[in-house]
Amino acid sequence: MTGTMATDVCIIGGGIAGCSAALHLAKRGISVVLLEKGRIGAQASGVNFGGVRRQGRHLAEIPLALRGRPMWDRMVDLVGEDCEFRATGHLRLARDPADMAALETYARDAGALGLDLELIGGNELRRRFPWLSEVPVGASWCPGDGQANPRVVGPAFGRAARAAGADLREGEEAATFERDGKGFRIATTSGLAITSRALVNTAGAWAGRVAGHFDEPVPIHSIAPQMVVTEPSPHVIGPVLGIVGGALYLRQIERGNVIFGGGDGLADIATTRSTVLPRNTVEVGALACRLIPHLARLNVIRVWTGIEGEMADVIPVIGPSRTTPGLFHAFGFSGHGFQLGPIVGVILAELIADGTTPSPIAPFDIGRFVG
Amino acid sequence: MSEARIVIVGAGPAGVRAAEALVNHGLAPIVIDEAPAAGGQIYRRPPAGFARPARVLYGFEAAKAQRLHAAFEALRPRLDYRPDTLAWNVSEGSLWTQRSGTIERIPFDRLILCTGAMDRVIPLPGWTLPGAFTLGGAQVALKAQGCAVGRRTVFFGTGPLLYLVAHQIAAAGATVAAVLDTSRARDSWHALAGLVAVPTTALKGAWYQLDLVLRRTPWHRGIRPLAVMGRDRVEGVRFRDANGTEREIACDAVAFGYGLKPETQLAELAGAAFAYDGAGLWLPRVDPAGRLAPNVYAAGDGCGILGADAAELAGRRAGLAVAADLGRTVPPREIAGIERRRSAIRAFRAGLEVAFPTPTELAATLPDATILCRCEGATVGALRTVANHKDAGEINQAKALCRVGMGRCQGRVCGFAACQVLAAARGVSVEAVGRLRAQAPVKPLPLAARLP
Amino acid sequence: MADPQFVRVAERHRAPVAIVIDGRPFQAVAGDTLLTALLLAGARVRVAEFGPGDRAGFCLMGACQDCWVNLADGTRTRACTTPVADGLSVLTA
Repeated sequence: MTGTMATDVCIIGGGIAGCSAALHLAKRGISVVLLEKGRIGAQASGVNFGGVRRQGRHLAEIPLALRGRPMWDRMVDLVGEDCEFRATGHLRLARDPADMAALETYARDAGALGLDLELIGGNELRRRFPWLSEVPVGASWCPGDGQANPRVVGPAFGRAARAAGADLREGEEAATFERDGKGFRIATTSGLAITSRALVNTAGAWAGRVAGHFDEPVPIHSIAPQMVVTEPSPHVIGPVLGIVGGALYLRQIERGNVIFGGGDGLADIATTRSTVLPRNTVEVGALACRLIPHLARLNVIRVWTGIEGEMADVIPVIGPSRTTPGLFHAFGFSGHGFQLGPIVGVILAELIADGTTPSPIAPFDIGRFVG
Repeated sequence: MSEARIVIVGAGPAGVRAAEALVNHGLAPIVIDEAPAAGGQIYRRPPAGFARPARVLYGFEAAKAQRLHAAFEALRPRLDYRPDTLAWNVSEGSLWTQRSGTIERIPFDRLILCTGAMDRVIPLPGWTLPGAFTLGGAQVALKAQGCAVGRRTVFFGTGPLLYLVAHQIAAAGATVAAVLDTSRARDSWHALAGLVAVPTTALKGAWYQLDLVLRRTPWHRGIRPLAVMGRDRVEGVRFRDANGTEREIACDAVAFGYGLKPETQLAELAGAAFAYDGAGLWLPRVDPAGRLAPNVYAAGDGCGILGADAAELAGRRAGLAVAADLGRTVPPREIAGIERRRSAIRAFRAGLEVAFPTPTELAATLPDATILCRCEGATVGALRTVANHKDAGEINQAKALCRVGMGRCQGRVCGFAACQVLAAARGVSVEAVGRLRAQAPVKPLPLAARLP
Repeated sequence: MADPQFVRVAERHRAPVAIVIDGRPFQAVAGDTLLTALLLAGARVRVAEFGPGDRAGFCLMGACQDCWVNLADGTRTRACTTPVADGLSVLTA
């Protein structure tokens, strides 16, 4: 596609954060062109585990996760469908006393930030969740956390953004972008030229290239979290499960399939190709069976992975550029951006339209990597 | 050990002849096969203790079946043969297998995929009812189990297998309630030019049709199937005959199919590129020797449907290519002989496509309520909804939104029709909606399976 | 139990194999697959999770995956590629 178009905001990257930003900007009457090199919600936003979780996050993320949580209850109003969000609760398991001590510390710290967690001992754990094995010695329970279907969330935000007036372009890869006077000039590989007043970098694993172009090199690398889905079986596992250390995360959807993840495959951002390593699948499956013995009778029907950007300090970059006025970043969610995606779009819209956000985003400042 | 490690997947006509070519050049491949005995689907061997002679089991193909089985038995001492073994992934230069709960990673220097084919299916209302089977399934029941799939069976669809299976069932003494062919008699005449390329095979097909007439089996050509009828199980078939009249035939089983489709999942995981064949199928790209990707080869119906004779030739050709690529001397004369015979078969198969055209338009006109994906219970209407209202223009995108092709079989069964439905709903070519991506494991893998 | 779906038309003379279908004894013969035995006993192999209704297999060659059944011991098996064995106990619902 060729031609030149002028817009208030150009967004690079059509994941959930980018599409949510497009939606919330468009709702404010701000014109938006979003460029997605592939398809909306196809990478980390679409192939992740699907946990909508606050507990276990880096404490700096808790205020954002708390603010974003009600958006998940309002998905029907926001994007026209519930995205299969269910507030099933999230159970974080400890396998030994040291893990349990870590959960106790975390519960105290998170509680101080307004996230109430319930600590559960081993006997009580098995009474409430009788499908668990003897392996976990205790857990931390967060009743308001839950799960949703990642395959539908990104496209739903994309459709809602379009309906609100945003111009989303799939198969358009930003090839060059430069500061031009008071704004930006962007050209895509297919020849589309865009001028904008603001530029948003929600390019996920590919965001480092955009930031680097504006003299903000960041320590980001690509990861490919591996997922597994089993055949359907009677629905008995209500909550989402996590484990201290993060070696396994698991949920069972209402249709009966058990979805779990753990371990990393191979990611190649040059070819946009990611590969599952079979050994990881087998090993994480063994761990799942140790924790939930009845899974051992099920079959795996599919595995997958996708490419995600991970920062050196494992928390995202969110906020204005330190080098370039009008440039805003939100990337590097490091494998836990799904729950945050919708609220990050709101925050980006606030930063662009209001020049400020009520959310405490200082810990995510890109300037933390300077020097 | 310095000898190259060569792995063959599949012990049908292609796999056996590939193994033979390698053994003839002093190489000793590993042969992985899902079945308990070599032979593939077409020359499938019945379980131990079965009494029917090859003449009864394989009809006109008895001599070929026996030759292939004998060839394999002669090779056995030189092979590392692993039956009952699922090859479920190709990754990190290795084939990943599973047998009886044990997973194995088999690093290979060369891999030859001889994965064969399965029935090409176009769903219709009622096709998930108990008593509805594929043509190939009905044949397996008879050959390998000594059973007819029903007391009165209607056979419908098109392709050579339609007549072969109906003939075999009738010969076994079960009732063929009708044979309903979507192709027309004049299609066969148009195909003659191609079919004479392999006259003996063409004559066998004519014999099966004559046999139907001699048995006074109801036989309609140019039909359109409308529904498999029944409340809890198959009770009949409704179809429109060539004159446009709707008819029903009572039966307690149906067997249907529209030719075959290649099993390409392992080829895709091994890095194959795919090309659209212009008729609804995506085929792995191979060179004439079967080279598919670095160190990976493919042969037989898994690369495109040419039948068992061509599969034997392609298997031998791929085996020779591996031998040559490993530095063995292969006489060009041998290659030329194979190629000559393969081109005759290609002309014949082109004739078959004319004689039995796949009625691809059937899928596009299915009622919304028809189950499309039998694994997930997803309907044709569900796919049309995401195509029309959720802007899903590509089959994998559509799958993500409506679960068509997301179940245990990963779209093996419904993928062909799903692409037709999606293309029609979007008003684009079938090629434009792409193809369902294969993901490991290519078949269900027990979660309890472990690496040793 | 419903009228059997399959009809044995050949290979009748094989050793009997005693299996259990939904708690009731059934006599198969050596070389039968579990799917064959189920369809000689009745017309159901399993109940589809997402409907509609009962299923009785489809491809019979291990491709369509529509005949995975539960055994009484909790394990799962694909009926069309599982040979019967004495004592095998299967649940179709």
